[in-house]
Amino acid sequence: MTLLAQAAGDPRFFRWDWVWSHLDLIAQKVGEHLLLTGIALGVGLAISIALALIGLRFPKTYPPITWVTGLLYTIPSLALFAFLVPITGFTTLTSEIGLVSYTLLILVRNIVAGVQGIDPAVHESALGMGYGRRRLLFEIELPLALPVILAGLRIAAVTTIGLVTVTALIGKGGVGYFILTGLNRFFDTEIVLGSVLSVLIAVAVDLTLVVLERWLTPWTRQERGAT
Amino acid sequence: MPETMIRLEAVTKVFPGSDVAAVGNLSLEVAGGEIAVLVGPSGCGKTTTLKMINRLVEPTSGTITVAGEDIMSVPAHELRRRIGYVIQQIGLFPHRTIADNIATVPRLLGWDRARIDQRVDELFTLVDLDPTMCNRYPRELSGGQRQRAGVARALAADPPVLLMDEPFGAVDPIIRSRLQDELLDLQRRLHKTIVLVTHDIDEAIKLGDRVAILNIGGVLEQYGPPAEILRDPASPFVEDFLGSDRGIKRLSLMPIRDVALEPGPVVAAGSDSEAARAVMDRYGVDWFGILRGEQLAGWAWASELDDTPIATIEPKPFMVRLGLDDSLRDALDTVITSHTRVAPVFDGDRFAGMLTAEAISRELAR
Repeated sequence: MTLLAQAAGDPRFFRWDWVWSHLDLIAQKVGEHLLLTGIALGVGLAISIALALIGLRFPKTYPPITWVTGLLYTIPSLALFAFLVPITGFTTLTSEIGLVSYTLLILVRNIVAGVQGIDPAVHESALGMGYGRRRLLFEIELPLALPVILAGLRIAAVTTIGLVTVTALIGKGGVGYFILTGLNRFFDTEIVLGSVLSVLIAVAVDLTLVVLERWLTPWTRQERGAT
Repeated sequence: MPETMIRLEAVTKVFPGSDVAAVGNLSLEVAGGEIAVLVGPSGCGKTTTLKMINRLVEPTSGTITVAGEDIMSVPAHELRRRIGYVIQQIGLFPHRTIADNIATVPRLLGWDRARIDQRVDELFTLVDLDPTMCNRYPRELSGGQRQRAGVARALAADPPVLLMDEPFGAVDPIIRSRLQDELLDLQRRLHKTIVLVTHDIDEAIKLGDRVAILNIGGVLEQYGPPAEILRDPASPFVEDFLGSDRGIKRLSLMPIRDVALEPGPVVAAGSDSEAARAVMDRYGVDWFGILRGEQLAGWAWASELDDTPIATIEPKPFMVRLGLDDSLRDALDTVITSHTRVAPVFDGDRFAGMLTAEAISRELAR
């Protein structure tokens, strides 16, 4: 309560002293934000790879897969959480169900597009040299689809980081916590802090994925004087 | 004829959704250690035929055996690891270095690291690929280098059979000609059984020990050594496909070595002008060659004879010297471009004789 009075009465728009005195809380919420994002992307990627492989192996299943993941993507996040809370409660599980379902459309589509975009000559020569289906997938198709898959992952990551702030409503929101409490207390510093941190996390994660992509796909670089 | 390595018996392929056969009732034998070239217009099923040998396309009916074994009796991936495969676009794996690309089949076969490394080194030398390329990615190589890497990759596990689908189709004509020569050179050392598909009849004639000319629908019009096909086309289709310069093409397959050479209008440097005039009369020319021992020093015009002894005439050199391994096509080219209308032939340094247009056309008529 003292915190609230103290905050609301201050005329300054942004109070750095409040930030300095709450560094521990900020670090904790940023950590939580990254964890929620990481779990969502990890689980989302695993499910998407499985769905994409089914779609690639049995082409007839691909339209229904995109239809369902597309439908999930269109559900407003608030509505989804409101629907899930009575079933799974105010838990991390509730947040993750929502977050994961929003990654599926982008990831499935990019994995399939990445694999389908491989040069047919590469595919033919791999088969002609005696690759079996499984090794072809893991040694040739997925590695070559990596740039497209990672491009999808970057979009999914930025989307997820934004959505995590919404999950503050059900008690697990990373830096969304600051936005929510700031709004409740009319405390601008927290609202601004939450928003800026969310943007910074998105930028930082995106840059990390760019670096990861460069490291994982050295063949796409053109530094050593191509002829 | 050496033992048959690949045998196609009454092979037919009808693609799903099609009424007509892409390849119809085709029978063909490829002898071990030979290059068989499948050539024909597009739609003749030559690529389909090739792909049936490594089961990238499965025949609708008929049997194919490789080294006496029915290809349907082994799992497709095992069969393919024993058959080298090179396609026009090469299809190197963009995400792997050249060394790793070449190591593909040995890795699939589970060779150990040291053996793979040693084999990759050997292959770089074999196909004449710069060893500094080994850590490059395919996109960093030129077309010719990629083609060599593709051949090295196909040869990696030393398969007895090599299938090549338009292997030189994607490189420019100068590089293509060089790569063709390299393939022939490689084949002289390795004695693989090669089936090569092309739409280029000149490439077929140059590379093939035997050429199979296919018509639309995979109908075999003629199968035999290129010289035989050129001399004796089996059908109007073959004749048409060979083109109007069939005679010239045949000449390119005939080495000068196989032709009886005439001495030509030559005299020894010590002879008198009467001897020179006599030899010019016999050949009906107005010039004569001058021999010093076994060396052909050059030639001079009849008008230079006058009364001076031949020994004091400064002979003009022959611009082109042909060897016994050059073809009659080279000889014809020399004949029609030189002042003297003959092609002097040398066996090393020794003057072996001369070829005239008449002699060349006599050879064609034989």
